[in-house]
Amino acid sequence: MMDEPDAVFWDRPAPVGNLLLDQLPSYQSLLYRRKSSTRRRGSGRSRQLSIRSGKWEEQTHSGEELRPVRELPKSMQDKRREKQQRLQQGGTVTGWGLWRLNVHRSLKRVKEDGVDLLSALQLWRTDIHLIEGMFGTGILSYFSFLRFLVLLNFIMFLLMFVFVMLPVILTSHTSHNITYSSTNVSECSVYPPTSHQSLVAFHEHITDLLSGTGFLERTYLFYGYYNLEFIHSHFTYNLPLAYLLATISYLLLSLVWIVKRSASGFKRKLIQDEDRFQSFCNKIFAGWDFCITNENAARLKRSSLLYEMKTDLEEERIKRRMANRTRSERCRIYALRAALNLFVMAVLVTCFYCIYVATVFSQRKQVEAEKSAFLQELVVEYLPSIVITLANFITPLIFSLIITFEDYSPAFEIRFTLMRCVFMRLASIGVLLFSLWVQITFCESQECLCGYNHKTYPCWETHVGQEMYKLVIFDFLIIVAVTVFVEFPRKIIVSHCDHGLVRWWGQQEFAVPQNVLEIVYGQTICWIGTFYCPLLPAINTVKYVLVFYIKKVSLVTNCRPATRPFRASSSHFFFLVVLLIGLALASVPVTVSIAEIQASRVCGPFVSYSTSWQVVPRGITQLPLGLRSFLLALASEAFAVSFFVITCLGMFYVIALAGAHKRVIEQLRDQLAMEGRDKRFLIQKLYQAQQATYGRSADAKGLRRNRAHAGLCLVEPSVVLETQA
Amino acid sequence: MGGTASKLPKELLSEYQELTFLTKQEILLAHKRFSELQGRENGPYGSRVSMEKILTLPELKSNPFRKRICYVFSTCDLGDGSLSFEDFLDLLSAFSDSATLEIKSHYAFRIFDFDDDGTLDARDLEKLVNCLTGETDDTRLTAEEMRQLLNNILEESDIDKDGTVNLSEFQHVISRSPDFVSSFKIVL
Repeated sequence: MMDEPDAVFWDRPAPVGNLLLDQLPSYQSLLYRRKSSTRRRGSGRSRQLSIRSGKWEEQTHSGEELRPVRELPKSMQDKRREKQQRLQQGGTVTGWGLWRLNVHRSLKRVKEDGVDLLSALQLWRTDIHLIEGMFGTGILSYFSFLRFLVLLNFIMFLLMFVFVMLPVILTSHTSHNITYSSTNVSECSVYPPTSHQSLVAFHEHITDLLSGTGFLERTYLFYGYYNLEFIHSHFTYNLPLAYLLATISYLLLSLVWIVKRSASGFKRKLIQDEDRFQSFCNKIFAGWDFCITNENAARLKRSSLLYEMKTDLEEERIKRRMANRTRSERCRIYALRAALNLFVMAVLVTCFYCIYVATVFSQRKQVEAEKSAFLQELVVEYLPSIVITLANFITPLIFSLIITFEDYSPAFEIRFTLMRCVFMRLASIGVLLFSLWVQITFCESQECLCGYNHKTYPCWETHVGQEMYKLVIFDFLIIVAVTVFVEFPRKIIVSHCDHGLVRWWGQQEFAVPQNVLEIVYGQTICWIGTFYCPLLPAINTVKYVLVFYIKKVSLVTNCRPATRPFRASSSHFFFLVVLLIGLALASVPVTVSIAEIQASRVCGPFVSYSTSWQVVPRGITQLPLGLRSFLLALASEAFAVSFFVITCLGMFYVIALAGAHKRVIEQLRDQLAMEGRDKRFLIQKLYQAQQATYGRSADAKGLRRNRAHAGLCLVEPSVVLETQA
Repeated sequence: MGGTASKLPKELLSEYQELTFLTKQEILLAHKRFSELQGRENGPYGSRVSMEKILTLPELKSNPFRKRICYVFSTCDLGDGSLSFEDFLDLLSAFSDSATLEIKSHYAFRIFDFDDDGTLDARDLEKLVNCLTGETDDTRLTAEEMRQLLNNILEESDIDKDGTVNLSEFQHVISRSPDFVSSFKIVL
């Protein structure tokens, strides 16, 4: 960066060379609007010659006229003065204009009060503020994400309640004309009662509660209870259609809400074109959380910032080293990575196979009529959940061990391990559902009489709902168990025992990524399961509310802030991306089962339809002619193809625009750098010319002036002209 | 302003609402906290609160930039960092949720400019990094690491390559920094 024009800075004593720079208009506009008479006259640049800031204030005023007064970076008195000036300049506003101004002002005030009220109603505001003060914005992002999911689940519950459950509840209390769903195929409509007829032991109630069988099976909880087809009152309410549309709408609503929330983070990721994410500037200038109020937390924040900076600098050194690798080293590394990836895939396949086997075993055992001991029965019911949880506990350890051999940079290591864990978690649900699907659609003989295995699963949707219900309950139990039986004892042991091993184990750190994966996993199950178990969003809402309080208590009492902090911004975006992946994964089984699998013939609203989707075409045929032809046109190929083509064109246009903007930014950046160099070059030339002049005139007059004062008289234009002559 | 009066007059309240980013609730809360700080003090500056008292606020107590914040927002002629109530409101307004990015970056620049010369040169940046990591010797970066860090920062933010970061370069860097708005926040 050092070249000829820069010599003016590094060779001369600083005060002299920079006096010229002090007088530049661009420097003047940076001067603070303080009273110049009280400014310090100590070391550094002398201010005696700087042109009074008052003069430059007028210049900047003209550009700021359009901004509201509160957006000016001035003190209150200056802002007041500015407001008075504007009012005077604006002249008197008469009658109509004055009334409009007042209305505008009072509307703004009402809007601000409304926003105030809304933000005061925000859930858990004080709790989150407390966490923010103690642990910073990284961990805060987890809790605000949890709050978002609570709201989402509550809205989903409201949707299902209003459109599906409320009509059914109303019909049981009032007398309406109801058409029950029925079918002609008698073979498939055998639904043996699973509730216990005789006196039951208490532990069977517990088993039923925990697995959704028995007395819970034919309740509002599961799909099988809603076997109404039409409700006739002032109009005909088509329950199957409402059920299906409610399902589709909750999936779409979740998609829209998540995308809207992630849009701001995504926009930022799009604009920045450096792949280093401007990490150093971001960490230094935006590094300190000004919301931290706790002395302890401040100390920890400092140490975590230090750690972060050291690791980043080290990572940069590692990257430089990696770039200088020889070819043989590179081949070796790639071969090693390929082998390790194969190993990872083998581990994943093994886990998936275990889940499949466990599910098949559990299903077989459930169908058998004999009753076994309470605990054994419970274990059999929960076997798939147990295997999934075990697999999700062991595989992250394996992944974090393997990645150390793959020789990536530290930041990439973290991200890649996380991606693998995400894949493992979400794919295990997929494997479970696949094994269920296999069980449901394959019968002993070649052809399934009713389209599904009606002997073992007379009402297969309720059964799937039960499996999802079990997963949710088990997930919640695991969270509580881990908190109570691992985190609290750990804190007690660490604070009372001083053994070396214990001190190495250390206090619990709140690992944000793992916790986020946990709740995304729960949310994915909820999205899949709501179609089969309409009350699941309500259960999930209650579960997440409890999880919030459990995690908060555990955080405050047991945890210390992570030494490797999770950046708030990138984490916000990461959570929403993982949630979107979960949503995409959840919509696949729901879509497949709605469109492909024969709906059960004995329970639920879709009995008289072949697949659940059939209710839509049948509903369309009953619409008036104009609307029907419109909807049919929307679904035709012509419309789809032209829509696709137009979307592609729009996308190409936007991509081209973005590319053009990027090029312009690059050009402007280069131009700016060049202007800076021109400026310094000219200043140096000017300085040299004036030095020469003074040297000559001092010689001529026989006086030895102090070089330092020579710079003081440089401003006069006449002197400049003289030197140019 | 504020003196010994226990209630804030209505026109003043609406004027403050207009001139700052604070809501009515926040202004009233600020007034309450400021009056508590004043206590019975009625020193030679009248309604100003000295810097030592301001620094006892829990929101500022653990902040490494607390003294700079007081100096930047103080309109006192003596430059001793004492704040009047209006200075205090200006402070809260700049640090509030609804303040614009421009305001925040402007004040952040002034806070980080330790020698008040209008640019962030290497000395300012070094002081800034040391503030962030800690004051004691074992919490600082080594000289080598500091040099590497300063090089990286200047490389990322110094567009005209003059070795310092001026206000517009700083604002440009901040506009692309996603963490800034959420971390440059103080709420009473």
